Amino acid sequence: MSNDAVTLTTEPVVKRDRRAAEFWYYFSENKGAVLGLIVFALLVVIALLASVLAPHAPSAQYRDAILVPPLWLEGGRSAYPLGTDAVGRDILSRLIYGAQYSLFIGVVVTTIALVGGIVIGVIAGYARGWVDTVIMRVMDIILAFPSLLLALVLVAVLGPGLTNAMIAIALVLQPHFVRLTRAAVMAEKSKDYVTAARVAGAGHFRLMFKTILPNCMAPLIVQATLSFSNAILDAAALGFLGMGAQPPTPEWGTMLAEAREFILRAWWVVTFPGLAILITVLAINLVGDGLRDALDPKLKRS
Amino acid sequence: MVRFLLGRLAVLIPTFIGVSIIAFSFIRLLPGDPVALLSGERVMSPERHAIISAQLGFDRPIVVQYLDYIWGILRGDFGTSIVTKQPILESFFALFPATLELSICAILFAIILGIPAGIFAAIKRGSFFDQTIMGTALVGYSMPIFWWGLLLIILFSGILQWTPVSGRISLLYFFPPVTGFMLIDSLISGQAGAFKSAASHLILPTIVLGTIPLAVIARQTRSAMLEVLSEDYVRTARAKGLSPLRVIGVHALRNAMIPVITTIGLQVGVMLAGAILTETIFSWPGIGKWMVDSVFRRDYPVIQGGLLMIAAIIMVVNLIVDLLYGLINPRIRH
Repeated sequence: MSNDAVTLTTEPVVKRDRRAAEFWYYFSENKGAVLGLIVFALLVVIALLASVLAPHAPSAQYRDAILVPPLWLEGGRSAYPLGTDAVGRDILSRLIYGAQYSLFIGVVVTTIALVGGIVIGVIAGYARGWVDTVIMRVMDIILAFPSLLLALVLVAVLGPGLTNAMIAIALVLQPHFVRLTRAAVMAEKSKDYVTAARVAGAGHFRLMFKTILPNCMAPLIVQATLSFSNAILDAAALGFLGMGAQPPTPEWGTMLAEAREFILRAWWVVTFPGLAILITVLAINLVGDGLRDALDPKLKRS
Repeated sequence: MVRFLLGRLAVLIPTFIGVSIIAFSFIRLLPGDPVALLSGERVMSPERHAIISAQLGFDRPIVVQYLDYIWGILRGDFGTSIVTKQPILESFFALFPATLELSICAILFAIILGIPAGIFAAIKRGSFFDQTIMGTALVGYSMPIFWWGLLLIILFSGILQWTPVSGRISLLYFFPPVTGFMLIDSLISGQAGAFKSAASHLILPTIVLGTIPLAVIARQTRSAMLEVLSEDYVRTARAKGLSPLRVIGVHALRNAMIPVITTIGLQVGVMLAGAILTETIFSWPGIGKWMVDSVFRRDYPVIQGGLLMIAAIIMVVNLIVDLLYGLINPRIRH
């Protein structure tokens, strides 16, 4: 008996190692995905070391340096490599601090949407019947609205601000997780290992979250990366519309909103925050594509 | 087919009722008192407040207000805007053609460029051409379109001075709307230069709104083509000695288009969300800008009616796409 217990505990670890190696093999075949991962890692480092890397404080205003162009243009100053905005703040420093906001938004929104979506989806797929019908109809209703419009109105209801914007975005992203989880749970539920676990006396809770759920993770991980980039885009869009993070927060979308009136006079004020959003979202989407190729056996060799 | 349609409707109607409840209750949750808002800066006496509340029906039980609202909608009455006092349905129909015109141009832009790009990428799979197209598509897919719009304005309106910054047509031209589509109306008006002005106003918003659908359609077309090209019947067609053009154009393309049509249908929701940003950037007088303005003005009835109508449009389009899908692909019906 004790011998059995030992083999049972060691085997999964070996398997996991092999699975990780196989995963990395497929993932690293996709050069774009590796590039995306490197860029993303750099962004995380930048965000973590913002206070060390940024040459200035994000909201420090220099009265003698208003709308200074970037370093390489005429009139540029080495103290402000990417120029300054309309109230004399260093754009590079604001962008560096902005990375903290974007990654934070991505992590928080994705976590809320993922956890909420998994719990609701597992319940719907496991329970079926009227519980399932009610849950899925509610999800249909949320999906009937364009996500940004629903988030915009939700933020108007809750009041403008970053926290409310994150809640609203998490709410509109979560139905995708519910649908995926439900479909995966329904597919797994009738398989023999689940029946075996049930016969062995596993309770509902254990069956739902310990037996079935770990086998449904692949599509959810891919969806989570997609949501991560969507969350950053939508939060920036809400910031741009004046409903997300409020000035003087150095959030990239909010920076764009503040810069809008200067677009024809000072292109750098507009260009760099948007470029930062694009690079971040692109890096995450590259990783997402690689994850999909590596995790989804159906698409693996197509 | 009729059973398929009825089945879809059985899901659609409860969803729509749910949508109406959501749209209705949002407005009850919004902060700020709509009656106090009407009075503006002036302070309103409690008696006057009660009278106006009663006039607007805000003093009745919430269920009665909801049923009354639904009854109004069934008769085509969505209420009136608090700010402009205009009937909401009327403003919607006045503004919707602008959004529709922009959306049609954007989706055509996306289809005309996206489908050929996806097909070529699939045929030349792994080539430099394929990698460039797919790389560009991923950039487009990741694009913050509000920034993309500003960049295009800097380049084409600022530096090159080719296109105007905002609006649908130059103020020099005025003619009564006939169809609501500026391109058609400007032609009908017969005024010299009017069509050119309308078209030049349309170019940048079309590109901005079409960018994400373009990227999605190109990616989807490529993967659908790749899947079909590895099928046995395509190999058979090749083995029969048919020309590559015929194999790809007739045998492969027809089946590859099935998922692509669904993707195009799904872009309607993406476009209406994109319209919010695009119309705001270009001051395009459509329903996206209307919604944003109403949120800022706290024009509750407009937000409520607009949400409902936009959701209805998306649901109807999805239904049409489902039906089309059922027609092309009979397997789906059962």
